[in-house]
Amino acid sequence: MLRYLMMTATAATMLTTAASAESLRYATSRDVYGLDPHASSDSFTNIFTHHIYEPLVRYDADMKIEPALATSWEVLEPTRVRFKLREGVTFQGGEAFGADDVQVSLMRAVDPKSPLRGNLPGLTAVEIVDDLTVDLILDGATPLLNNYLTNIQIMDKGWLEAHNSVAPIDASQGEEGYTTNNANGTGPFALESRRPDALNVLVVNEGWWDTPQHNLTRIEHTPIGSDATRVAALLSGEIDLIEPAPLQDAGRIEGTDGVHMLQNPGLRSIMMGINMGESLVDGNVEGNPLKDVRVRQAMYHAINMDLIRDRIMRGKSRVTGSLIAPAVKGFSEEMDERLPYDPEMAKSLLAEAGYPDGFAFNLNCPNDRYVNDGDICQAMAAMLAQSGFEPRLVTEPRQIHFKKVDNHEVDVFMLGWATLPMLDGFSVLSAMLATKDGEYGTFTPNGYSNPKVDELTRAVAVEIDEEKRLALMEEALMLAKADVAWLPLHQQPLSWAARDTVEIPQAPDDLVRLWYATVTN
Amino acid sequence: MTTSTLSRLYDSDIAWNFRHSWMARISTVTLLLLFAAALFAPLLATQNPYDISQLFLLDSELPPSWVEGGDPRYLLGTDQQARDLYSSILYGLRLSLIVGFASVVLAAGLGISLGLIGGFVGGMVDGAIMRVADILLSFPAILVALLVNGVARGILPPDQHADAAIWVMILAIGLTNWVQYARTVRGSTMVERRKEYVQAARINGVSGMGIMMHHILPNVLGPVLVIATINLGMAVLTEATLSFLGVGMPATQPSLGTLIRIGNEYLFSGVWWVVIFPSVVLVILVLAVNLLGDWLRDALNPKLR
Amino acid sequence: MLGFLIRRIIQSIFVMLTVALIAFMMFRFMGDPVNSLVAENATTEERDAVRERLGLDQPIWVQYGRFVARASTGDFGLSWRNARPVSTLLSERFPATAELVLVAAGLSLLIGIPLGILTALRPSSLSAQSLQLLSLIGISLPTFVTGILLILIFSVWLGWLPSFGRGTVIDIGWWSTGFLTVSGLKALILPSFMLCLFQLTLIMRLVRAEMMEVLRTDYIKFAKARGLTNRSINFRHALKNTLIPVITIFGLQLGGLIAFAIVTETVFQWPGMGALFIQAVSFGDVPVMAAYLVLVSLIFVIINTTVDLLYAVLDPRLRVDGTKSAH
Repeated sequence: MLRYLMMTATAATMLTTAASAESLRYATSRDVYGLDPHASSDSFTNIFTHHIYEPLVRYDADMKIEPALATSWEVLEPTRVRFKLREGVTFQGGEAFGADDVQVSLMRAVDPKSPLRGNLPGLTAVEIVDDLTVDLILDGATPLLNNYLTNIQIMDKGWLEAHNSVAPIDASQGEEGYTTNNANGTGPFALESRRPDALNVLVVNEGWWDTPQHNLTRIEHTPIGSDATRVAALLSGEIDLIEPAPLQDAGRIEGTDGVHMLQNPGLRSIMMGINMGESLVDGNVEGNPLKDVRVRQAMYHAINMDLIRDRIMRGKSRVTGSLIAPAVKGFSEEMDERLPYDPEMAKSLLAEAGYPDGFAFNLNCPNDRYVNDGDICQAMAAMLAQSGFEPRLVTEPRQIHFKKVDNHEVDVFMLGWATLPMLDGFSVLSAMLATKDGEYGTFTPNGYSNPKVDELTRAVAVEIDEEKRLALMEEALMLAKADVAWLPLHQQPLSWAARDTVEIPQAPDDLVRLWYATVTN
Repeated sequence: MTTSTLSRLYDSDIAWNFRHSWMARISTVTLLLLFAAALFAPLLATQNPYDISQLFLLDSELPPSWVEGGDPRYLLGTDQQARDLYSSILYGLRLSLIVGFASVVLAAGLGISLGLIGGFVGGMVDGAIMRVADILLSFPAILVALLVNGVARGILPPDQHADAAIWVMILAIGLTNWVQYARTVRGSTMVERRKEYVQAARINGVSGMGIMMHHILPNVLGPVLVIATINLGMAVLTEATLSFLGVGMPATQPSLGTLIRIGNEYLFSGVWWVVIFPSVVLVILVLAVNLLGDWLRDALNPKLR
Repeated sequence: MLGFLIRRIIQSIFVMLTVALIAFMMFRFMGDPVNSLVAENATTEERDAVRERLGLDQPIWVQYGRFVARASTGDFGLSWRNARPVSTLLSERFPATAELVLVAAGLSLLIGIPLGILTALRPSSLSAQSLQLLSLIGISLPTFVTGILLILIFSVWLGWLPSFGRGTVIDIGWWSTGFLTVSGLKALILPSFMLCLFQLTLIMRLVRAEMMEVLRTDYIKFAKARGLTNRSINFRHALKNTLIPVITIFGLQLGGLIAFAIVTETVFQWPGMGALFIQAVSFGDVPVMAAYLVLVSLIFVIINTTVDLLYAVLDPRLRVDGTKSAH
């Protein structure tokens, strides 16, 4: 009976695929926050708006930086970089692209109220030299300027002014920004319609300045929250590409005719942050045992990441001792070594630190952010419990989880970091290891401060010589590793699934760039 | 209880009806078995699925023991966290029934008291109670339960959500279901109040409270029992639905509804036992309760005889 | 009649004010609205400015008055989750829920009433008995399990019907409808069936019970004695009397459908108000929860009042004493 049903299913599927050849139906686990490219630092939202808006420079299919709206650049002084802009580019609304658009867009992105301000640190002003030349004025040498710029998309000045949107969206004004649901960029696709949480439709921009490598005429993007429903939609032929595809369904997808999995090692490193402040958020002992490096090492020894890889990650994750993936600058083999899984060692370290009976603490995880995040944490909680800890597991939606992380309302918490858009270890140093200070240390665990790491981080920030910069970076990362400032877990795999008619490169940053996608019949 | 009352009970209409109804007997036996399973869950289970230190990831996703690759230690197989499904179902059943019974007790207690007071006192008090009841009745139970749940989530600090989940569920479901009891009891009370024996008791100086407890209450218990039975089924379903929607019992303390929600995520990966077994138990439980409730209603309704 | 009408309307206003009070309390006491609106690094002055702009420095009854005034114009502020106006969010999603509920309601009547009649007329026949048992299974099966089974069978195995969403919708003004396209209609089948199943069994059981009771009354016996045909008795006399209570229950059930749409929308990724509400509950997004509550209550109140008035028209006894305890 089942086999009969399956065969009919395949036949019916063939009928459903008769949709237009160049239209791509694409489903993700959630919707974008909005279409304003400067209203969020969420990488999924930013790559989606990247289909409509473009930055000055962009990543190509091999993750190398290439010119986009800028054609060339030159460092005049460490604090002044000159960009030549592309000629003859027009926005989808018909307006010509020029220096004033770059000025307005960059300043909009670094406005104190903009959530993107940290993604372009050091920019103080943009000077217009002529209609197709701008100077970026910086407050110091910025070796990673171009990496930052890949993430800052350019909007039209006139259009922003006409819709009273030059200032970034400010939720406290009690109004919705025009740019949230409308878009006008220079990119390969233009917005046709948007129904939040239901359907976003993009159509090809015939007037795009670049030669398309894709053959799409239309993209229909549907958010489908439930994993099972998303897979069902792919299997039944209603959707051409899903991201993410649940790891546990890989076997089923591979076993179905006409669809396949796209799986590769990814850049995103998953790790556990540790509260090293004066007291635990939710503990049963005086003070904070987590400040003791032996306790942190005990935790490290207690977690069997190989087993989590084999079971929960279906063999697809890359277990690591490093906070950055091998493809990211600053990585070294030495860094990748883990403390071995050894529950006995964990228990004796815990006893040595004065907690032979363990102690209670909160283990906070998101349940809708990383690949199988909730399950990883449940398994980890069980392993910690078996080594004498008393973890209290809290799994929550991402918005609540990260708010608590921001407020230091967590003891041991999960965080993933892909070093986007820089693809450079400096991103980990500045955001996750440096002592909290202005732009530094946004995610540094409460109470962690190593003056030597801080010193090295600041040196890396301004070092122009690439070899010296890498050496400094490695030194700082190794220091932090010895401190067990974070518990590294693994690099999570990229897991998409598509119909066999879809051809798309899978970049290690896990971002779907449909301007490289082709659909055949 | 003396022999005579026992034999009177045996000869009563209800008992006669019960002995002659297949449905009633099957569902009663099923329910008794399920109640026993829930009550003795800690003894019957081979694992405490709520104690994370007993979960060994190495044993995750084992099929039921009679299927190839199964492990005799895990009768119905394990889920992705290596929770023994047989034990999880027992504990889940226990949770579902605790929430079901506690919310029925809460609703019945509240409903009977308010109904008695309203019916006996009358006037403004009665009017106020019945207006509130009217308002509540026009809101579907699931919505009110979700709302109570949402408010509780907003008020409680997030760390306590998991611990408080079961109380929030009981409160949410209990507060939704008292109206039917109140209406029924009020109606009967108003009828009984005018009867001679109550009037006589009043004249003899028995207090209002005493009259309500000793004279009126016993007479309204029949219909209350019917409502309670039907409500138990609804309460168990509501709990399962809330847990399925992700706002009920947390994944670390799964109820039947939570187990089904988790299993649903694995529907395509071939791990069918994670979703099938809890669903079957849930359906059998609710079906047995509903069959019993149906029979009880017909048996207690003289009009249908 | 006029007195009854006025009483019902006053009662409805009272209900809405109570609901608004609950919604207002949610706003006031669940989380700090200021924190959700200002940037994390906002100064105390900035916070106070927002507090003043929101009127949070006023006495509480003034705040409630303002809340009611704003709510009655549909203004519930911004969603805390995605900073979009709640009224926009709800109006975008209202058509999806409305169409789903209407179709489900229609289905439950169209299937439920005939099945109810069938089981009432031949209560001891095999088909009636098995329908009766089936209906019990129907209300015992959790709706989400039914939904998952439907997807597995009709979308994944058979590939006949879509597993999620509304298909292609067409905009008519602000209303987006799935009624006008083939894919929109196909997308409606599974969700509306899942949604109507519970109500269908309820209506069937209700019609059966009412019909059996009516058939036992004296005037039907009298009609039989007069020699009227069974057909005429069953359909002209018995059915007519059965349907009056069915209308009342149906009104109440419409509310139930709107609530249960929450589950259906979650399972089928249906972009309606219910899915929005569930997100709001799990995120503690008070403005959306409050607005949904007020909107749905308003719908319930309108339906219930309409049903009561309809009832009064159909049943003259009510015009005198104004209660609805009759029949």
